[in-house]
Amino acid sequence: MIRLKDVEMEYDNGTKAIRGINLTIEDGEFVFLVGPSGSGKSTIIKLLTGEIEPTVGRIMINGFSANNISERQIPLMRRTIGVIFQDFRLIEKKTVYDNLAFVMRAVGVGPKEIHKRIPYVLQLVGLLDKSGRHPTELSGGEQQRVAIARALVNNPSTIIADEPTGNLDPDRSLELMNLLVKINKLGTTVVVVTHEKDLVDRFGKRVVTIDSGHVINDSVGGYVGGRIHGQA
Amino acid sequence: MGRHNFRYFFHEGLTNMFSHGFMTFAAIGVTVACLLIMGTFTLVAVNANALLKELEQQNEILAYVDETYTEDQAQALQSQIQAATNVTSATYISKEQAMKDFEAQYPQESLFQDLDPTIFRDRFAIHISDLAQTEATVQAVEKIPGIVKVNAYEEISNGFITVRNVATVVCVTLIVVLFLVSVFIISNTIKLTTFDRREEIAIMRMVGANNGFIRWPFVYEGFLLGLTGSVIAFGLQWALYSAVSKGIANSDSLQLFHVIEFQQLWEPVAATFLGAGIVIGVGGSLSAIRKFLQV
Repeated sequence: MIRLKDVEMEYDNGTKAIRGINLTIEDGEFVFLVGPSGSGKSTIIKLLTGEIEPTVGRIMINGFSANNISERQIPLMRRTIGVIFQDFRLIEKKTVYDNLAFVMRAVGVGPKEIHKRIPYVLQLVGLLDKSGRHPTELSGGEQQRVAIARALVNNPSTIIADEPTGNLDPDRSLELMNLLVKINKLGTTVVVVTHEKDLVDRFGKRVVTIDSGHVINDSVGGYVGGRIHGQA
Repeated sequence: MGRHNFRYFFHEGLTNMFSHGFMTFAAIGVTVACLLIMGTFTLVAVNANALLKELEQQNEILAYVDETYTEDQAQALQSQIQAATNVTSATYISKEQAMKDFEAQYPQESLFQDLDPTIFRDRFAIHISDLAQTEATVQAVEKIPGIVKVNAYEEISNGFITVRNVATVVCVTLIVVLFLVSVFIISNTIKLTTFDRREEIAIMRMVGANNGFIRWPFVYEGFLLGLTGSVIAFGLQWALYSAVSKGIANSDSLQLFHVIEFQQLWEPVAATFLGAGIVIGVGGSLSAIRKFLQV
């Protein structure tokens, strides 16, 4: 479960990115986090991944308190979260298999478990036949699916996807969102940060709208209110 | 750290080493140069020290007794001489014994045979513990009533003391300076690797890798750089030392120098090179990756 209570975030340069946000995301939920550029979405992701600490308020992530978290606890907290980025962030010199094996090894998983787990995850994202390829040999959609597989491979309880469809065409975007829904149905909490109104409306999931550091809407069904970057 | 992780870290460290050919070459080259210079000066100091010890053991100060003293009076001076600071032993040599010793030194010279012992003086052969204190010891012995003259070969001992002191000062200075230079160069090589792999490091942190897992491949890289540098430096040091000692042994003018054989020194030299190389390598890598480990 993710819980933000009266969270405020002011950067060192005086920018107030978050102004008193209260938000609870239950285990197994699928949530769209939407809002215009500069609304505070990226700051929320940084807070959830432990990159920054809130100036005011409390944050609980999958049983860990993000406030005054010790250096030793941060890696353990991060292991409960899988992050997917718009630009995929795959290691080009490693094969698809090695991109996944590397993150499993990073959290201390042994070779036997790695050999067993990776084919399962690649099958889940439909890339079992591409395990020996390098990211540059794959299409954008395939690369993003590798990124999803990487986020999933350590079996996190939450997936946070930051603009995952930003570099994909509409068909691939829909395909990807369907994959995230499938993953959610398997029990993983999914938080998707996006600008794409059509996609949000299409899935009828919970939508949290952020603007100027505030939650201006939290409802189920579709995109409500607020300015959307790049749209009228 | 499991066995699979050890293999992974070692493999990653080795891969990093080869991925930056020029910087790797520069880092190993600087380590070799530093160890070689440090080693050479240390070996000079070690040899100078050994020569000084030898001189201290062999070098005799001769204190001549007043000719008017009888043998009993002369022998009575022994306790006073032995009481002087820095004196380890004082052996009485009568004028008759001195003559015999002199004749024995020149058995072929008929001119020196059948000398009158009265041309010699009774004397004491004095051994001292610290050559650097020779002058003070000579002055102290000269002050003893009944001692008329003291002969000490101070120039030779002073020469060796200067060589040892200069070698020690140069050695310590060079060790400090070159150690820092080596650490700096290796640190920059590792920084290049960390820059090249910054995305990988970011991903590792993002998925919850602990600092140890992130740090180890770079530590291995530094370790391998230092190890390679020390092995090469050791080989070169051996070759250089052997060539120089062979040159000294074959030189007529340098017969006084007895150079210690490398076979007697290779173990401490190897251990020192290995230790210094590894400390330089690992130290350099740790200083380079410190900033990447800030959470």
